[in-house]
Amino acid sequence: MVLTVTNLACARGPAQVLAGLSFSLKAGEALILRGPNGSGKTTLLRTLAGLTPPITGTITHAEGAIAYGAHADGLKTQLTVAENLTFWANIFGVRDISAAITTFALAPLADRPAGELSAGQKRRLSLARLLVTGRPIWALDEPTVSLDTENTARFAVAVNAHLAQGGSAIIATHIDLGLPGARSLEITPFIAKGMPAHDPFAGAEPFSGADL
Amino acid sequence: MTSIWEYANPRRFMVASGTLLPWITGIAALCLIGGLIWGFFFTPDDFRQGSTVKIIYLHVPAAIMAVNAWMMMLVTSLIWVIRRHHVSALAAKAAAPVGMVFTLIALFTGAVWGQPMWGTWWEWDPRLTSILILFLFYLGYMALWEAIDNPDQAADLTAVLCLVGSVFAVLSRYALVFWNQGLHQGATLSLDAEQNIADVFWYPLITVLAGFGFLFLALVLFRTRTEIRARRIKALITQEQMT
Amino acid sequence: MIGLLKRDLTLALRAGGGFGLSLAFFLIFTALVPFGIGPETGRLAEIAAGLLWHGALLACLLSLDRIFQLDWEDGTLDLIATSPLPLEAAAALKALAHWLTTGLPLVAAAPILGLLLNLPGPANPWLVASLLAGTPALSAIGTFGAALTVGIKRGGLLLSLLVLPLYVPTLIFGALTATRGAQGLDATTPLVLTAGITLGACAILPFAAAAALRVNLR
Repeated sequence: MVLTVTNLACARGPAQVLAGLSFSLKAGEALILRGPNGSGKTTLLRTLAGLTPPITGTITHAEGAIAYGAHADGLKTQLTVAENLTFWANIFGVRDISAAITTFALAPLADRPAGELSAGQKRRLSLARLLVTGRPIWALDEPTVSLDTENTARFAVAVNAHLAQGGSAIIATHIDLGLPGARSLEITPFIAKGMPAHDPFAGAEPFSGADL
Repeated sequence: MTSIWEYANPRRFMVASGTLLPWITGIAALCLIGGLIWGFFFTPDDFRQGSTVKIIYLHVPAAIMAVNAWMMMLVTSLIWVIRRHHVSALAAKAAAPVGMVFTLIALFTGAVWGQPMWGTWWEWDPRLTSILILFLFYLGYMALWEAIDNPDQAADLTAVLCLVGSVFAVLSRYALVFWNQGLHQGATLSLDAEQNIADVFWYPLITVLAGFGFLFLALVLFRTRTEIRARRIKALITQEQMT
Repeated sequence: MIGLLKRDLTLALRAGGGFGLSLAFFLIFTALVPFGIGPETGRLAEIAAGLLWHGALLACLLSLDRIFQLDWEDGTLDLIATSPLPLEAAAALKALAHWLTTGLPLVAAAPILGLLLNLPGPANPWLVASLLAGTPALSAIGTFGAALTVGIKRGGLLLSLLVLPLYVPTLIFGALTATRGAQGLDATTPLVLTAGITLGACAILPFAAAAALRVNLR
């Protein structure tokens, strides 16, 4: 198992959104997160990425294994496509950005400032960043937003290649990506909205003995 | 024997503080009224400063408590950072406006005292100036609490600010002494000096000081209780909205 | 590691990066001083060193909210936080980038602006030395303030309110160095104290800034 999640409860701000969630992910496996808007897919991914601490439960994976792909593109508009990728390659200690460029067909755009790209082109650049992280587990939040059919297929090819090399992916998406053998995880049963059980200010009974 | 940390639970704290509050308020009122009447009407005038010196009974305790309030915030912030006791963070939040008012009292009474003594309302003296800077620290701290919606996040960020602010407040204090030697008379109360002022002024001053201490405690308890209620309401509203 | 510094410097120098704005502010601030104080050269010379310190401090303050705000808005900060780069290092590099693009040009410009205020010639080495020793502390403290307020919309004013009291010791020692220098006195002691604050601030504040960033990214 490259990723094991046990009895996880996640928070957005002061409130709990998901609870009792357990799953695991093997090398070469993709997991599709399904659930209605606002159900907590983004919260779950942020928790997996280590940005938000879980309320309870454990997340086990190798140190520095998860590459987080957020809803925001995270691009610098004044830098060119190649400069954006080079920056991330440098941060992640990877030397070569050519694979990322070719996979997402960014070569014709390489010297254009990211600010001049269309929304779909920006998305492709943002996804290409995943390849320069060199990390095995991709945690992606709605990766195909503003991609056309051709580029959605391109993305599916990239994910399949990543899986074939022994990587894994956990993807929140509403569309069918065409990933053979991908499992689905419906998070609706785990929605548990409200204040966390341990919150000392919540709870049904009034503050006993005190004038509250 | 129950651990002191039991009272970090909001319910426990509400019960305990509810019982203690009337007593503390009573002691504060007794000490303040008694000490101030004693100090104002039953002590002789100073041979140099005349009756002006009697403002000491407001000025000195206010200045001491202004600094102590910040120290209490530092300790409660540390407890929040280390042990995650919510009441501790709320007590720090509750203490800030009280401490800020103490700095204002110290600054105002200092100006009123300085006018006849030094011939000026304001002097850039290191002691006065450090209280002014402490006032600015209180303002920033309170503004940061107000600016953040999520209470735990606000507690964390204000705690970090309080820790860093404390270091810089101490630095400022030494920088100010270096910067301007000042007109201010020596410390009224200090631990190393044998005796700074005559007993006849000392006893009422100590009484008023105790009064200010208990007043601070009472106000902080009262305000912490309010903050706990506010947090409870906030939690209930969140619960309501989400289900 | 060096990639973040290089990127921040590139961004500052490109169009819309805001490089030079602080410098322009410093110039305008200095040019406006005589309109408030009066054109008398003797009086200006007396207060020039302190005023230049004030100008540099305010110019530095103006650019603080850019340190993390832009990276926060476009989602880059989330990605940096999940990268192998420790947030402490990121905060330190951000402070360094801010100093290189804001503090250093101010140091270089100060003697030239000193001419406008009739700053005595012998004061210049002390002024430059004090700014060189003190402005890194301004950047480090400012980076901490920016990290505290990164999640707050329109947090610029709050940032100033939080950071200005923290600037007091640096300002006192820095301006004292420059002023004593202008009076022809030896100012080694305040200069060493200014440098001490800078070293302390650069050693400790990246950790505080990283802690604040982690809380804000939750």
